[in-house]
Formats: sequence, C-alpha cells, structure tokens
Amino acid sequence: MDSVFAAIVQAPEDPILGVTVAYNKDQSPVKLNLGVGAYRTEEGKPLVLNVVRKAEQLLVNDQSRVKEYLPILGLAEFNKLSAKLILGDDSPAIQENRVATAQCLSGTGSLRVGAEFLAKHYNERTIYIPQPSWGNHLKVFTMAGLSVKTYSYYDPTTRGLNFQGLLEDLGAAPAGAIVLLHACAHNPTGVDPTVEQWEQIRQLIRSKGLLPFFDSAYQGFASGSLDADAQPVRMFVADGGECFIAQSYAKNMGLYGERVGALSIVCKAADVASRVESQLKLVIRPMYSNPPLHGASIASTILKNSDMYNEWKVELKAMADRIISMRKQLFDALTAKGTPGDWSHIIKQIGMFTFTGLNSDQVAFMTKEYHIYMTSDGRISMAGLSSSTVPHLADAIHAAVTRSS
Amino acid sequence: MASSVLSSASLSFHGIHKGKSNLGGINKGKIDTFIKSKCFGRISMVAASNVSRFEGITMAPPDPILGVSEAFKADNHELKLNLGVGAYRTEELQPYVLNVVKKADKLLLEKGENREYLPIEGLAAFNKVTAELLFGADNPVMKQQRVATVQGLSGTGSLRLAAALIERYFPGAKVLISAPTWGNHKNIFNDAGVPWSEYRYYDPKTVGLDFEGMIADIKAAPEGSFILLHGCAHNPTGIDPTPEQWEIIADVIQEKNHVPFFDIAYQGFASGSLDADASSVRMFVARGMEVIAAQSYSKNLGLYAERIGAINVVCSSPEAAARVKSQLKRIARPMYSNPPVHGARIVANIVGDSTLFSEWNAEMEMMAGRIKNVRHKLFDNLSSKDKSGKDWSFVLKQIGMFSFTGLNKAQCDNMTNKWHVYMTKDGRISLAGLSLAKCEYLADAIIDSYHNVS
Repeated sequence: MDSVFAAIVQAPEDPILGVTVAYNKDQSPVKLNLGVGAYRTEEGKPLVLNVVRKAEQLLVNDQSRVKEYLPILGLAEFNKLSAKLILGDDSPAIQENRVATAQCLSGTGSLRVGAEFLAKHYNERTIYIPQPSWGNHLKVFTMAGLSVKTYSYYDPTTRGLNFQGLLEDLGAAPAGAIVLLHACAHNPTGVDPTVEQWEQIRQLIRSKGLLPFFDSAYQGFASGSLDADAQPVRMFVADGGECFIAQSYAKNMGLYGERVGALSIVCKAADVASRVESQLKLVIRPMYSNPPLHGASIASTILKNSDMYNEWKVELKAMADRIISMRKQLFDALTAKGTPGDWSHIIKQIGMFTFTGLNSDQVAFMTKEYHIYMTSDGRISMAGLSSSTVPHLADAIHAAVTRSS
Repeated sequence: MASSVLSSASLSFHGIHKGKSNLGGINKGKIDTFIKSKCFGRISMVAASNVSRFEGITMAPPDPILGVSEAFKADNHELKLNLGVGAYRTEELQPYVLNVVKKADKLLLEKGENREYLPIEGLAAFNKVTAELLFGADNPVMKQQRVATVQGLSGTGSLRLAAALIERYFPGAKVLISAPTWGNHKNIFNDAGVPWSEYRYYDPKTVGLDFEGMIADIKAAPEGSFILLHGCAHNPTGIDPTPEQWEIIADVIQEKNHVPFFDIAYQGFASGSLDADASSVRMFVARGMEVIAAQSYSKNLGLYAERIGAINVVCSSPEAAARVKSQLKRIARPMYSNPPVHGARIVANIVGDSTLFSEWNAEMEMMAGRIKNVRHKLFDNLSSKDKSGKDWSFVLKQIGMFSFTGLNKAQCDNMTNKWHVYMTKDGRISLAGLSLAKCEYLADAIIDSYHNVS
C-alpha cells in the first residue's frame, strides 16, 4: 500500500543539534563537543545547580502541591518575578502595570508566542535580525508569519561589531519595523555593543519608531552580574517606550530541558497591557493550552527566597567566571603557540560562544582530524571547554590555520 | 459555548491565509481609523509617542470553559457545585495527585538526573513506552518501526504538531471534526491554517450518537480528508461509538481514503482499562491503515500541568515513519525547540517499573470507578425522583469525565442561577467534579430545569 505520507521528504538534521548527534557517534577518546550551548563543568559534565536541587526538595516536601493546569499565561508568581528580574525590582513599567507577561517554553517559546502575536496584531510584518544570529531565529519568525530581514552586525575583519553598518541598516528600516536585539552575549558571535553604542542604538530605534524585541537568554551568565546584563533592556524601558522581551532560564539556571522562560510586553499604558495579555492567551491556547509547571516552580522558588536567590547569584557567577577563564586560557595557548592571526577577540567577546573566525573548511578539518565538534560558522561554545581540553583545541586551531590548502 | 470565542477572537479558515490576517484582534469599528493612522497615513510613531502601537487591540473574550470556574469562585452559596472543571476531583471534591506520581517525583529527585535539552522529538524512553501503551507492546507496527512518535505538549501540543504537518504536506486537505467537539480543536486547526468542517455526531433527540449522520458526512467529505475521532470518552458528550459502529466508521474511512486522526486524552480513564480504551485505535491499525494519534497524560496520570503527551503517526513503512518524524521535528524546533523533560521522565519511570505500573493501573481504575459510581447514583436519583417517565439511561451509557445532559442554554442558565450548579452552556457536566453526596441535589436541579424551563 502506498503511504499517504509518500510526498513527505526527510528533513535535514538541525544544524546545531546535529553537531551533538555527530559527536555522539564519534568513538575517539579526545573528541570535544563545542557545538550546542550547554554549560559544562571543568570535568566536562552537565551541571545541575545546588540551588535548583534545593528548590526541588522544597517542592517535593510540600504536601499541598497539586498538578492542576496552570492558567494559560502560566504561573502568576513566576511571571511577576521574571519581569522584575529583567526590568529591575523598582521598574516604573511594572509599578504602573504596563507589563504583560506570559510564562512560555524557554526562549524559543517566548520568541514564537511574541512573533505570532505581532503577526496577528501588528501592522508591520518585518523583523530585522542581526547578521549573523542564532540559527533558529529565522525559522521561529518565519513560521510565525513574519518576514525576516537582516541588519549588519558582525565584522569579520575586526571580529567585532560593524557599528556603522548596524546604524545604517536600522536607519533604513521602515518606521515601526520590529528589530531583534540580543540583550547580551550575542549568539553566535559573543560580540556585544558597548554601553555608549547601546545608547545610540536606542536613540535611533526610538526616533524611527522601530519596535525592539529583546532576546535575553544569558542574563547573569554573560558578565556574572544579573543587573549588568540587563542594562540594555532597562535603558530601553527607562525611556518609556514599548518593547518585547523573551527571557530564558535555560542557561542561567541550568534548566535547559525544563523549558522555563517568559515573554514580557512592555506597553505604554496599563489598559493596553491588559488587552494585550488577553490576546496572548488566544495565541497560546491553540498551541499548547498552558505551560509546564515544574521548571517555573523551581525558578519561582529561587527568585522569591532571598537566601536561595543569593546562592543562585553565586553559582551563576561561578559559571560565568569559568567561561571567562576558558577564554583567557585559549587565548594564552594560541599566543604561546604563535598561531598566526589576532586572537584577542576570544577575550573581547562575551558569553558562552566565540566566533573564532574559522571558515567551514577549517572547521571540517578540525572535526575530521581532531574530533572537534562545532558549528560550521566557526562558533565554539566556551562552556564546553576545560583546562585539560584547551591544549587540544589550541592544537586543532593552530593546525587548521597553518595547513596549506 | 465555543462559538462566542470564535466570533471575535478566532477567525474562520476563510479569513486566514498563511501569513495571518492583519485584523485579528481589532474590532471593525476601529479599523478604518486604525489603518489610516498606522498603516497608510505614515504618521510617525514619534508624533503619536504617547499612544501605544497596540492601542487598537481589543480585549479578548474570556475562555468559555475557564469562565465557568471563575463564576463558581465568585458565588458564595453553600450548595454551589462546579461541574465545569475538566480535571478529576476526589469524593471530597479536591484535586488529586496520584500516589504513583508522588513516588515518581521523589524517585526523580533521588536519581538527580541532569536537565540537559531533550532531543527535539523528546525523551526516547518516554516515546517508546507511550507508543507501546497505545498500540500494545506486541503490536507488529512497533516491531516494524512503522510508528513515528514525537513527545508533544500534552494533547493540545501534539494535535498542533499534527495540524502543522497536515497544513504543510496536505495543502487544502480538510479535517472533519465532530459536532460538537472539544472547543479548542477549532482554534488549533484555525491557527495552524488547516480548513475544517463538521460531521454530525450528537443527536439531541436521543441524547446519543447520530450514527447515520456521522457516516453520511464522512462519506460525503472529499477523498483524503482527515477525520478527527475521539478514541474514547468523547468530549463533550461522553457518547462513544460501539465496537460495531467503529468497524463501520473504519470501513467508510478506508473506502474514501481518508486518514483517521485520533485524539486520545482518556486512555485508561474512561473504562479503567488502558487496553480496552485503546481498542478503537488498535482496530484501525490492525486493518493496516495509516493512523495519526495524539495522546495526553493529563487525566489518566493526573499530570495536567506537566504537559506530557505524544503525537504518533503509524505509516505503511519504516522509511515513511522516519521521514514523517523528521518533519514533525522540523515543526517543533521553531515552536519551542524541545519538549519539557519532567513529565516525560515521570511517565517513563512509572510505565517502565512493573510495580509502579500496576499501582498506576489500580489508581486509574479507582478514578474511573468513582466516576462510574457517580453516574449510577445520579441515574438512580434521576429515575426515582423524576415522575415523568423520561429515560435518563443516557447517563449510564455515556462514558468518561463528561456528560451531555441534553439541557439547552436556558435550562443551563436555570441550573446556575437557581441551583448554583456551574456547567458549560452546551449542557455538558463534568462527572469528575461530582461527589456521591451531591448527586441527589444535582438530580433535583436537572429535573427542575428540564421540566420547568424551556
């Protein structure tokens, strides 16, 4: 019998997650997974934060807990705490009830719900994303019904920010267009604007009436400070304007698989926020009805308990510090080897990822000869490195750069 | 009921094209001004800087089902009864966390497993057991690897993945849904961009199944339509086809090369037996048909808030199954990347451990048993107290959490206004929210509403 599904072709493996699939197949004892952005300890192991385990113990011990459906917009307490985390405890936007928040499935889910909402309710259908950006952004926005354009961002010659290009491209965008901004620790490049550059970006965006949509996946994880990493978002909110914010707790609380996140929409007025909230429910209900309880309960428990919150900050800083240390060690190793080129971008870039500047041939070489797994755009996850594996990576980079083609 | 949600909030298929209508939440009165000022007037956002760009968005109507519980909470009457809730309640009318789930939660904490991202398709151990549970571990389709299984966000999320697959690969194909059906089905297909129409199902004259109408409508549908079937415990009516009727439904679907698309939200919860409740799906599969089946563990494991379910596609070959699975993943990735791990681990641990699995079966029998008892008591009360001779046996024939009482809207209003019984306006009551102690009161309310209100 011929299948009803005969016309369905095999989809290609997701390029980022496909790296781990390939890594798992490799039998080499020196293989190194620098693909997916998940934190690893110095021993190369995944990490469950102590404060997360504590929170779970509290939850399990609480006999009054039930598993009833959350409201469509999720756990109310989590939503309030999440908004405070990104906007600041004393944010006027929160005090004035101008923020509509929905618990969503981590960063991806928050972006998707926000995008679907915009496609349904906003008159501008184009979103500008930086070039490059996280690979899944394009698909998320396209599937939601938006059309995607790019703005200049990464400068391969400096391995830094193409600020002029960014300003020109955003300056040319139609009034009201949506602009995706990585709040900190740009993925995949690790290149962030300076505070002064953020202020210029803000002025440009406000003067053109563009709608900022922040992707905040690394708050606290980039610099080690929750407040510092939230600065760009708070600058925008401080001017009284509107914005969308997608938050993820995958990295900063290590809650990857629990899918914890939130979408906040900062509006000009409280009654608008209230109506926006009601319409968000209509986007969410036909997608998955209501969000999962477990991860949000963990996050909420941590955020509302000051001892646990402080413990969290300490563990978070430790993760951020380890990554910063890996950057330094890799830079030092390449310098010591005399690897041709300027590798200072490794220590200038911030967050989990480094755009090495290696091309796809070089990457393929490193995978084949050195069993280094990374995405073909030259991105490496610093979180996947340890003091003991830095030398091997340095060898691989050195070989890739110095081999004759 | 659902129609009020549709009129202003959810657009009919004809109003939607793939890129979504511009005018979704904006009421007609404001359209012209809105368009002129925002789209075509080129008024800069700076000039109107005090006005939100979302000023034109209207307040969405409250969810019709959730609205019932809200009204119930606001009522202070001591005899009030909430029969709107679609979640199991104990005899004391309290939410219920299964003992076996509490054990699994503790076990997971002890195991201390990591929280790494699941693969896009979900937890492998969960996907294996969920397909085995539905189709039977010994089912040839399992051994032949002809089932594409992807962990989804409970029933809703699993249905949405399938809907998106239909939209992408079967452009123009229709889904036929029962009249009535769960209110959210229409929203799911609308938002996924899949056209739908209804097949007759509920017969108000008999408070039973309009089988002839159902068959006629399925026959009349364009060849290759997707027929949405409730595997057991039809929501909202509680009326299921008999095994003989299922065979005829399968015949017609095969004749017309339709694709059966099951929504199984109550496996084990309806009769108390996982196998019995899966018999309709298994019969279709045994015929060699390709079948889509969405599962939920919200009710049968009480995991409502953990959002755990799966979408299964039984294909005619393992190659087709592999291709279908890859495309389901491609749909999930830009929606939420990968599904939540906790609920999946709970299910995998319970089903994978024979002691816990037996305990689960026992608790499920208990829940289904309580509902059956409540049906019996309600039926007894209705029959003994109603002197008109009306046949109330449909209460016993219906199965699962819900029952269609046959009450019309005015009668339902009377139930609420006079008797403080909260239910949806389509006449649906949730037996899961009824205790033995309250059956007599409910019977009085129903009899009064039926006979004294038109």
